[in-house]
Amino acid sequence: MAYVAVKGGEAAIEAAHSWAAEQRRGDPALPALMVEQIASQLGRAVDRVMAEGGLYDPVLAALAIKQAQGDLIEAAFLVRAYRATLPRLVDAEPVDTGAMRPIRRISAVFKDLPGGQRLGPTADYTHRLLDFGLDDAPPSAPQAEASGAVMPCVTDFLGAEALLEPDGGEATGGAPTDLTMEPLDFPAPRDVRLQALARGDEGFLLALGYSTQRGYGHNHPFVGELRVGEVAVTLVPPELGFAIEIGDITLTECQMVNQFTGSKAAPPQFTRGYGLCFGHADRKAIAMSLVDRAMRAVELGEEVKAPAQDVEFVLSHCDNIEATGFVEHLKLPHHVDFQSELETIRAMRKEAEDGRL
Amino acid sequence: MEGYNFAYLDEQTKRMIRRAILKAVAIPGHQIPFASREMPLPSGWGTGGIQVTAAILGPDDVLKVIDQGADDTTNAVSIRGFFARTAGAATTTRTQEASIIQTRHRIPETKLQAGQIIVYQVPMPEPLYRLEPSRATAARMHAIADYGAMHVKLYEEITRFGRVALSYDYPVMANERYLMSPSPIPAFDNPKLDMSPALQLFGAGREKRIYALPPFTRVRSLDFEDHPFHPGRANAVCALCGAEDSYLDEIVADDQGAKMFVCSDTDYCDTRRGETR
Repeated sequence: MAYVAVKGGEAAIEAAHSWAAEQRRGDPALPALMVEQIASQLGRAVDRVMAEGGLYDPVLAALAIKQAQGDLIEAAFLVRAYRATLPRLVDAEPVDTGAMRPIRRISAVFKDLPGGQRLGPTADYTHRLLDFGLDDAPPSAPQAEASGAVMPCVTDFLGAEALLEPDGGEATGGAPTDLTMEPLDFPAPRDVRLQALARGDEGFLLALGYSTQRGYGHNHPFVGELRVGEVAVTLVPPELGFAIEIGDITLTECQMVNQFTGSKAAPPQFTRGYGLCFGHADRKAIAMSLVDRAMRAVELGEEVKAPAQDVEFVLSHCDNIEATGFVEHLKLPHHVDFQSELETIRAMRKEAEDGRL
Repeated sequence: MEGYNFAYLDEQTKRMIRRAILKAVAIPGHQIPFASREMPLPSGWGTGGIQVTAAILGPDDVLKVIDQGADDTTNAVSIRGFFARTAGAATTTRTQEASIIQTRHRIPETKLQAGQIIVYQVPMPEPLYRLEPSRATAARMHAIADYGAMHVKLYEEITRFGRVALSYDYPVMANERYLMSPSPIPAFDNPKLDMSPALQLFGAGREKRIYALPPFTRVRSLDFEDHPFHPGRANAVCALCGAEDSYLDEIVADDQGAKMFVCSDTDYCDTRRGETR
């Protein structure tokens, strides 16, 4: 009897990788995608990869998308792994989203507000019909004079009336934990939770946020404000001692305002859920703010009974890079364990057949 | 490799991991949290073991990597290639020649020696996770050595099935203090953990935990006086080398139900055949 070769080898792996590379390139008669094309024309995909990859770099994210054949989780993984090798030179100052010059800013709780409602570039009110003539003649967007108007955060003037809880929630005091340099541990304070959600899987957060709306940890949400725009990143180089701007990044921020009838822990007031992520990502920011608010259940004296409120459950499973690795590792060989299970099942069956039980 | 540090990880990360390893060695079987990094291999594919190996690997080390006992399984080839590429590490398939052995799911048949280090890839470092999914609660149970639930689980299996139905990842007590997952090695391998002259390190990347067994640590598989621990293997001999004492893979030979058994440890099998040839 011949020994059936079940085990792979170096040559097989190399051949498999070459095949994948060939498949990725696609039809050689067609021009190859340029990384710049992806960065400029597939912006939402690039934003998602930057957010879940935890690195703001549209060109690298575009390269990752190309290398991963458009598999965005795989692309985020490529970015995340690269990011882990970069030296940490200095921490930036906190960004000021209040000083953002938003390209989009909407509030669902006021008809109009200082600074106005600004739709910005959105497909929200389009009819979802496939456009068979897409790009034949793209219309040019109307132009307007830039206004220097400041757009204060809606939550600031709600807060002025003390109907909205103060910002911050559970203040941890001092510098926030850095999830990329410290292991996730429980109980996890809000700074850690928000970091984990910011790079958490959009689909997972969407489903959890949705579940709160359907009664699994309902928290009466209103979008106080959703804003998208560039903010300046500043840092204080130790040798200078004062802050300098090193560039701008596009962020989406959602301030969720949640009705709250009060508990033993807190008076009746509006409470907050917060969402912030890289790029233009309404869905992610809104879902994140729902889940953030849900996870504040213990702090606000609410009963924890739904998955979205269970901090350990949410944070342990929101990272799609960890999740995809572990789920997909099931395709690795497990024949040693399976063999031990075979022997155990055979022994158990024998004992049952022998009537010993 | 250009653009990357020796053995991939930067030195600050290696130092952080070494500190976790030292703590782990000082408290056998106790899980030490560490700031696991994203590695260029998926989590669940050995990133914990790879980080531990990267942190301890030096230029003079000789590395062996096995998966399912074999040096030629796809993931073992991939990880061996990773260290050959990022550290220029000398590699071997011979258990005796290796100074570091990274493994998934097996302990080599050849007895390990003093001075050797075996690094286990661990998917679920928490032995209580099937009984208590909250890691925060499980940590409290470890703190007060509250392991009654695990004993009850084993007891219930004996009453239902006449035997403990666990066949791999069979829980052990390290130094009679901490309940520990031996990683998904078959129960057959559990006795090799006990009083091993080698340093045994366990890395769980996705779960961000490192634990260890220093050389000559007492490791006891959980059992009862009237139901002693029983390490199982297929009741057969290796069709290639005739070994009667090794853990065997069952190979389906055709579609008529014919099968054969061969050593899961390829180095052990090759060495025996070399000797008898």
